Amino acid sequence: MGQGGRIHPSHNEQRQGAGPDLCVSRVAFRHPHFELFPVSLEAQAGQLIAIIGPNGSGKSTLLEIVSGHLKPLGGSVRLDGVDLHGLPPHERAKRVGLARQESILLFSFEVREFIRQGRHPHLGRSLFESGDDERWVDWAMQQTNLAAFAGRRILEISSGEFQRAVLARALVQRPRLLLLDEPTANLDIGYQIEMLRLIRRLAASEDFIAVVVTHELNLAAEMADFILLLEAGRCLGQGSPAQVLESGVLSRVFRTPVAVDGNPSSGRPRVTWIAP
Amino acid sequence: MKIAATGRNVVTLVLVLAACLAVVGLVALAFGGAHLSLREVWAGLRGESSAPEASVIVRQIRLPRVLLAMLVGAALAVSGTALQALLRNPLADPYVLGISSGAALGAIVALWVGGRVATASPLVAFGGALATTAWVYFLGRRAGRLASYTLLLAGVVTASFLSAAILFVLTMLSTRDVRGVAFWLMGDLSVVTESHLRVLVPVVVAGIVALYFFAKDLNVLLLGEEEAAHLGVNVAWVETAIYLLASLLTGVAVAVSGAIGYLGLLVPHLGRMVVGSDHRTLLPTAALGGAIVLVISDTLARTIVAPAELPVGAVTAVAGAPVFIYLLRRTAGS
Repeated sequence: MGQGGRIHPSHNEQRQGAGPDLCVSRVAFRHPHFELFPVSLEAQAGQLIAIIGPNGSGKSTLLEIVSGHLKPLGGSVRLDGVDLHGLPPHERAKRVGLARQESILLFSFEVREFIRQGRHPHLGRSLFESGDDERWVDWAMQQTNLAAFAGRRILEISSGEFQRAVLARALVQRPRLLLLDEPTANLDIGYQIEMLRLIRRLAASEDFIAVVVTHELNLAAEMADFILLLEAGRCLGQGSPAQVLESGVLSRVFRTPVAVDGNPSSGRPRVTWIAP
Repeated sequence: MKIAATGRNVVTLVLVLAACLAVVGLVALAFGGAHLSLREVWAGLRGESSAPEASVIVRQIRLPRVLLAMLVGAALAVSGTALQALLRNPLADPYVLGISSGAALGAIVALWVGGRVATASPLVAFGGALATTAWVYFLGRRAGRLASYTLLLAGVVTASFLSAAILFVLTMLSTRDVRGVAFWLMGDLSVVTESHLRVLVPVVVAGIVALYFFAKDLNVLLLGEEEAAHLGVNVAWVETAIYLLASLLTGVAVAVSGAIGYLGLLVPHLGRMVVGSDHRTLLPTAALGGAIVLVISDTLARTIVAPAELPVGAVTAVAGAPVFIYLLRRTAGS
């Protein structure tokens, strides 16, 4: 990976050295029935990283650790040189956003109210949002194409719109690191592509690192700069899509024969399930 | 967001609702055994009444009771609002957590012991509320933080255990005491002294103001504990603070007024229908709305069967159950 991070305009903190912007080094974790073996990962702002692997391979655990929320048994996560697990929650939430499909919402917020919750870490001691906060909400709703839904109730919009609202809420946090847990679950192919294109475009324009956990191998192949493959808590490989998506490994990991060739339109790897 | 949560809107909302509360309070002062005109009420309040007995009725009999209704109503409604968000359960209210049963048991045990202890029954009731709060809190903790479902279940089980204990003690009481206790268990505002108010005013006001500083955290907590943590809330500390403040408000209210049902459950829902789910507008709405509802209920309790009186809890239950069913059908229909 290249040397030297770009300086993000909205982040004034001193960047330490010229190393990678995100540096996950040998993080490990153990549940009663599951162990995540030491995983390392480096990324630069503007990149989209995809974490792939079968169910129960440790993707979400790794995401929780990288978010700074779950403390690893060993290793560290440094973002712009700052140890995320050493930060108080409100400081961490200014740097790291996590978007995932939530459980039941109890009382229905309007879409705009729901998205505005993402400004929480920036309010400080203030009880109410400032004009600046509202402008970020406007911006995020525009980016995610939700401006027309501002007054709709969050429980009444479609799952595609809801996924975009969750993304918008993470965007108004103005994170330096945006983590997305299956942002394309329950979406049709059109929405899936639209969602990942949007994330990739915003990562570049807003200069953040996007880490996406996904089951969509072909989407990861097309959109990700970098892929990390997990199986049973072990990192089986990381690198460019062409390096990681290899038919033998994928066939074994996903317990079904697959073929990998090149997508004629992009030249990126294309994974095809072999019909029995 | 029926009403946008801005500082200016909150101030306007509070002023409008406070004006409504003042009007309701004045009308409540006029009703009772002797009906007074609003002009007489106003003169009596200012001590300028031509009839001295009107002044005594207004200032010494009715005013303390109306003030008590306002404070208890505000405390119960705010406590219910906070607990519903904290436990992410629309059925949560101060009673579900067993706090009121603890207070009731305390008061009844005080009556049973009798003598000087009986005269201090509000204090013993408050002790009962605090002890129950501490016990349910202890049961509801998992790995150093509050687990909302565990807390709710611990509250439900504790409440049912305490109810059984109350029945047990009731069988030991003389028939004369039992009638007083039954009245108290239904919720009753007829026993009010100046010393009650002197304690209640600062505790309820401080409790509500303190909870208001957690309003934006309550909003985020509605999204779930994990989401709140990712949005920068120190979940363990915030949940503990909110739980203790809500329990304190319930504890002082129940200690002086008994178990007035439905208020803490329904006023928050009615508030959400009017101003939306943002706690920065909802908490003040619940506080003033709860005060208004309880003043009206208590005025009805004092007057419907005059010269006799109903316990105010009977009025809130008779009115609350249909309102609850209406809300249930409305939600189910949409």
